Amino acid sequence: MNNMENMIGAKALMTAMEKEGVKQVFGLPGGANLPMYDEFARCNIRHILARHEQSAAHMADGFGRVSRKPGVCFATSGPGATNILTGIATAQADSAPMVAVTGQVSVAMIGKDAFQESDIIGMANPVVKYAFQPRDAAEIPEVVKKGFFIAETGRPGPVLIDIPKDVQQNEAEMVFPDEFKIQGYHPWSDPDIVNVEKAIDMLLHSQKPVILAGGGAIISSAFAELQAVAETLMLPVVTTFKGKGAFPENHPLSLGPIGMHGHAEANKIMTEADCVLAIGTRFSDRSVGTFEEFEKGLKIIHMDVDPAEIGKNQTAQLAVVGDVRVSLRIMVKLLLQKAIKKTEETPWVKHVKETKAYWQENLKLHPGEMGAAKILRKLRELLPKESIITTEVGQHQMWASLFYDVIQPGTFFSSTGLGTMGWGFPAAIGAKVARPDVPVVDIAGDGSFAMTENSLATAVLEDIPVIVFVLNNFTLGMVAQWQRTFYDRRMIGVDQGKCPDYVKLAQSYGAQGIRAQSMDELDKAIRDALSSDVATVIDIPIDPEEDVLPFVAPGTSLKEMILPS
Amino acid sequence: MWAILSILVENKPGILFKVTHLFRARNFNIDSISVGVTENPDYSKMTITTYGDEKQVDQIVKQLDKMIDTVKVEHLDEHKTVFRELSIFKIKLSNANDSMEINKLANAYGGKVHDVKKDSIMVELTATPDQIKAFEELAKPFGIIDVARTGVAALQRSGSS
Repeated sequence: MNNMENMIGAKALMTAMEKEGVKQVFGLPGGANLPMYDEFARCNIRHILARHEQSAAHMADGFGRVSRKPGVCFATSGPGATNILTGIATAQADSAPMVAVTGQVSVAMIGKDAFQESDIIGMANPVVKYAFQPRDAAEIPEVVKKGFFIAETGRPGPVLIDIPKDVQQNEAEMVFPDEFKIQGYHPWSDPDIVNVEKAIDMLLHSQKPVILAGGGAIISSAFAELQAVAETLMLPVVTTFKGKGAFPENHPLSLGPIGMHGHAEANKIMTEADCVLAIGTRFSDRSVGTFEEFEKGLKIIHMDVDPAEIGKNQTAQLAVVGDVRVSLRIMVKLLLQKAIKKTEETPWVKHVKETKAYWQENLKLHPGEMGAAKILRKLRELLPKESIITTEVGQHQMWASLFYDVIQPGTFFSSTGLGTMGWGFPAAIGAKVARPDVPVVDIAGDGSFAMTENSLATAVLEDIPVIVFVLNNFTLGMVAQWQRTFYDRRMIGVDQGKCPDYVKLAQSYGAQGIRAQSMDELDKAIRDALSSDVATVIDIPIDPEEDVLPFVAPGTSLKEMILPS
Repeated sequence: MWAILSILVENKPGILFKVTHLFRARNFNIDSISVGVTENPDYSKMTITTYGDEKQVDQIVKQLDKMIDTVKVEHLDEHKTVFRELSIFKIKLSNANDSMEINKLANAYGGKVHDVKKDSIMVELTATPDQIKAFEELAKPFGIIDVARTGVAALQRSGSS
């Protein structure tokens, strides 16, 4: 049943968002969105002030990934809107649900190069799942309803709602629809049961089968189903980096992430496999290396909610299109019906376990006390298993991939698609808003943290106590590693100096700043941070020359892994 | 292979940009494009012709289908489809016989002659791209001053699916 009420566009926006269950938004005000901001005084939605629109979007992104409901961010027109684009593109690249609301100049001024006008719809279209620009206040309720639906269904993604200022101010008779139709949008399709049966046959008839779990397994919360399939068919599980933690990384069948900075054992086993059950992955070049080499001699069963992913990067012998959790549920049911359960360890699984043990024992790590692996293993040791991790982008991110084991599925988030430096900290703030009951830690590097460190103001003033774990090598570490490896050590533009002092920086914002230069100090710092009720930055100086290894160089195959010497 | 794609889209501002941008962003190529509103003013129909192997065309169709503003995307079978392109050629007349020769040529291809001047003639031709190409080759020796082409419009024949 539809409710009709006379109100201005800005109020209709807030009312529609309240109906969608929005409790808070992240954003910054400006001239073109002030009518909307004025409504925050009269609604039950909390506004969390970011210090840059990019960070507002990352906060919404972090909230969305954790809650699986669209995170909402607000920006004004022109530069506010263009600033938010990086955050929108990041959400798009990682299929994160988000609704971004921007102010726009008045309808009559559109196209006149008005002050703070930007064609944000034109700019954003390539990086959004959909964009709306209501030209009449009465359109707003339906636009919001459709926007949230598009953002969170099927393969989630960001939706932009750009509202001209006069549309925010104009009064209209608002109809808040319960139902609507989007003719060209069909987010759900039922998985083909026959194909699921064929997938089981293919897995049973292969000698060296593997599961490759991607981000789709996390987005659809397919954790229990994935584990049931793996255990029933005794399939070793590798993940993409985005799929890290879709399967408990302390499980005997887990090999961890494959790819450029994947585990040696995962890459090794992936290259030996003859059949892969690929779940919710786009086969990113970072995960699989060269496409042609990856699929050689490999039968691919591809499960994905997005039909356009089938055959995009890798040719699948069999495709199961639909929500991967539903597809896996059907698989589990069929396995039960057919009473298929492997009870004896196959030679393949024995080999997988031996390979895993070999690499875990023989991988050479940095010899110093404060090597990255030891630091991250200490963090893992002290954090409760339900803690949520975000990461920035760089060496620390890849060390996290290698050395921080995710025990509880769905608790690890990173900017894996766009690789956005500065994502992790604001995303951690959004994550903490979604899950205030668990510790949220941003594993950061000094270079990446520097991009959005001003979000410390938000964390402190809005009382959102996240922990930032800065592996500080005073350099843009990953670029430096590539310059050492591929550019004959010509180190250009990577030395950050020892500036700023992150302990003092944190303190200047009113946060807790701790430096940890030994394992004992690190142990204490983590415990202090976990018991603190303010945001904490732990600055951990590390060796600027430490490389992330193993490493698969760009444009090469997983077989060409560079190992620590 | 050459592929004809028929795309029914919602008739809204900016859709052409989104579709053409998709081709650019995904590294596909547009060979020709034509757009017009359908009998229902809520929809427009785009006909895009493109080149690619089976896998590429399949991927183009999937990506177009994924767009929220596209209602229906079809890869039309060339052999079960009526497809035509409108072209207008302005051709040079160098001597008295040229006009007659070009008239004959136009008639052979079912074209119409317009705007006959002392030194130029225009031929309107509605045909398949191959036929237009053949006409162009034969007209070249006279001297082609200018050409305008619309891109292909296509409809699948009844009973074909």
